[in-house]
Amino acid sequence: MEFEFSAEQQQLKDQVRRFLADRCDRNAVRAVLEGEQPFDRPLWKAMGELGYLGASIPEAYGGLGAGYLEACVIAEELGRAVAPVPFGSSIALAAEFLLMAGTEAQKQKYLPRVASGESIGTLALVEGTGRVTPASIAASVVRVGEHHSLTGCKTAVADGDIADFAVVAARDASQVSASSPRISLFLVDLQQAGVKRSPLATIDPTRSHAQLDFDKAMAEPLGEPGAGLAIIEQVFDRAAILTAFEQLGGADRALEMARDYALERFAFGRPIGSLQAIKHMLADMYVSATLARSNCYYGAWALSTDAPELSTAAATARVSATQAYQHCSRNNIQVHGGMGFTWQFDCHLYYRRSNLLAVSLGPLSGWEDRLIKRLSEQRAA
Amino acid sequence: MNFSDTPQEAAFRAQAREWIAANAPHELREQLATAGLGQPVLRTGDVLQAGKAWQKRKQEGGWACLHWPTEFGGRGATPIERVIWQQEEGVFSKLSSPFGIGQGMCGPTLMAHAQERHKLRYLPPLASGEEVWCQLFSEPVAGSDLAGLRTRAVRDGDEWVINGQKIWTSGAHYSNFGILLTRTDSTVAKHDGLTMFFIDMKSPGVEIRPIKQVNGQSGFNEVFFTDLRVPDHQRLGEVGQGWKVSLTTLMNERLSIGAGMSTGFAELLDLCCTFETGEGLAIEDPAVRSKLATWAVRTSGLRYTGYRAISALSRGETPGPENSIGKLVAGQTLQEIAMFALDLQGQAGILMDPARVEASARFQAMLLRSPATRIEGGTDEILRNIIAERVLGLPADMRADRGMPFDKIPTRTSR
Repeated sequence: MEFEFSAEQQQLKDQVRRFLADRCDRNAVRAVLEGEQPFDRPLWKAMGELGYLGASIPEAYGGLGAGYLEACVIAEELGRAVAPVPFGSSIALAAEFLLMAGTEAQKQKYLPRVASGESIGTLALVEGTGRVTPASIAASVVRVGEHHSLTGCKTAVADGDIADFAVVAARDASQVSASSPRISLFLVDLQQAGVKRSPLATIDPTRSHAQLDFDKAMAEPLGEPGAGLAIIEQVFDRAAILTAFEQLGGADRALEMARDYALERFAFGRPIGSLQAIKHMLADMYVSATLARSNCYYGAWALSTDAPELSTAAATARVSATQAYQHCSRNNIQVHGGMGFTWQFDCHLYYRRSNLLAVSLGPLSGWEDRLIKRLSEQRAA
Repeated sequence: MNFSDTPQEAAFRAQAREWIAANAPHELREQLATAGLGQPVLRTGDVLQAGKAWQKRKQEGGWACLHWPTEFGGRGATPIERVIWQQEEGVFSKLSSPFGIGQGMCGPTLMAHAQERHKLRYLPPLASGEEVWCQLFSEPVAGSDLAGLRTRAVRDGDEWVINGQKIWTSGAHYSNFGILLTRTDSTVAKHDGLTMFFIDMKSPGVEIRPIKQVNGQSGFNEVFFTDLRVPDHQRLGEVGQGWKVSLTTLMNERLSIGAGMSTGFAELLDLCCTFETGEGLAIEDPAVRSKLATWAVRTSGLRYTGYRAISALSRGETPGPENSIGKLVAGQTLQEIAMFALDLQGQAGILMDPARVEASARFQAMLLRSPATRIEGGTDEILRNIIAERVLGLPADMRADRGMPFDKIPTRTSR
């Protein structure tokens, strides 16, 4: 049994960690936090040049074709560095939508530029609060001659202000039955006249979000008509595993920060890390992070081998990593005491990111539900 | 990233599987599979007798304590081969539970510290299950603070005279021998005045009284020593080095207890998929699914943490204190799951009669046994200390009795 990343993958991980220590230190993250720029474009370009963005994109489409295990390792390091880059939108989602549902021409057109970092993609799905259901999607596409025309409004679109194109879920006028609207996916160039972008304030300013208003924007069908939600479900399984690694990296770093602070901070004449109340809190954080790591490895194995239990593994990794990151980031602040609540200390960067990622692919409760449905199906089989 | 055996491992697994298919007591499989926590209770007879028969059979086939050296009754198997054997043995390993402490903890201690002639005399019958061993460590005033124990051993020529009391001794009532940690010097710091021996449990001066537990069973005992005489050659390690010797035992305890522990999740999922709440199957309730998910990811997290440990073994690495998480997570989860399963059953959740209650009342039994899981072999709190200190590198707790001679340490009565 070799339930572990290979020596080469570990080397890649070390290499990415050194690269990010150099190129994505706290000043780089804070430049985005303070609103000086919406994301770290030079960092993103450099990652593209080094092949980090195209690790899981096949060579035929301009990627490295290295595989998903490599992408998992990179995602973990990005999470650790709370990197202000659109990895979740462009690599975990847009590229996966194209690979899953794109035509050969669409893959050829978009993927090489996604892999190089020249073009950024995202998913525009959500319209209001609450869960995404067919009824919650009002954006619609009509066919006008040879073209498709999209009208509607999408909110909380990650990287909506900086992305070059979006995968948009919309009602398909040609598929509509009034009682059960069918949702299709469309590729939409965001740099066109019919698209208005409005940046949105979120709990995590290091990852920019926007509202997108489409007014008769040109759209191109992606995947089978009416299959939109089914494709989203499949892509979310894959994206959830990459995101879980990002969460894992953040959880590990938050635990380390808390541990380091507990060693250096003295109170009552002793390091606070010698007090059992603090030690036990840290031990519980370690337990969460360790369970999440093991579950993430399960997800990585399933993703890299396209295992039949991919969906179970994805939900397992997702639930476990979400819980661990939220647990570690909030207790990291607690261990730091008042200093942890200052803008100056970095604890809040992890607290923000953990809570952003916790809902970025739909809420925890939805993934919990999905996990138990999958496990009870497996039990019946 | 794969779950595959190496060719050698696969060959070993095939050999183990074939032997088990031909030799295991398959008639007991069903009863063992549905047995609750702790030592299984068999409808068809005494588990100790069935266990001894299986252990003897394994020994004859070369599968008992297979990681031990050949001269001590094993076959010198590698750690990964031992894991493969455990996986293949499956439910039949429950039959070996009466030997768990002896083989898992006393055996390694003897191997490291006993005289050569004693190893050759005692280890092979321990491996074959012909002789059962217990561990006499905890005392009424020395649990988590084990080094505070008070059982006295006083030298008298070539013998030691022992007086005192032990508690929580699993299986003392059917054990032939035991390893015994005593205080031989009260004037030095508590860790420095301890000495380890092994004793014959049938000796005059040893009295065993079962403890009636919360769940009505009696797996643990109190053991009293009144002028018990032990020859000096039964000493394990040097005089005053008993603490170091006991660490050999305790390290093995954590590894063997934490390995592959059940959390009760599989049983709970079964219950939820078949149990009618009155508003449909329990599993159809989103609130139930949400609760289950947390326990599902803990269970799977432990399984894959185990696989990572096996992978490390397979690469030749030694498992470390990080394996303390197994029992810590499993113990809490068992208790939570038991409570939730009772809650699902509504007011009838209190009933204990296996004939009338869902899942043969196993969750009710789990409720009443699970508090012990969180205490035995290192409490949740001690395990968190181990993780904090030995994995995360935090400082040891400050101790009021540090460096103080044992007989000067404050107690409830001296205060």
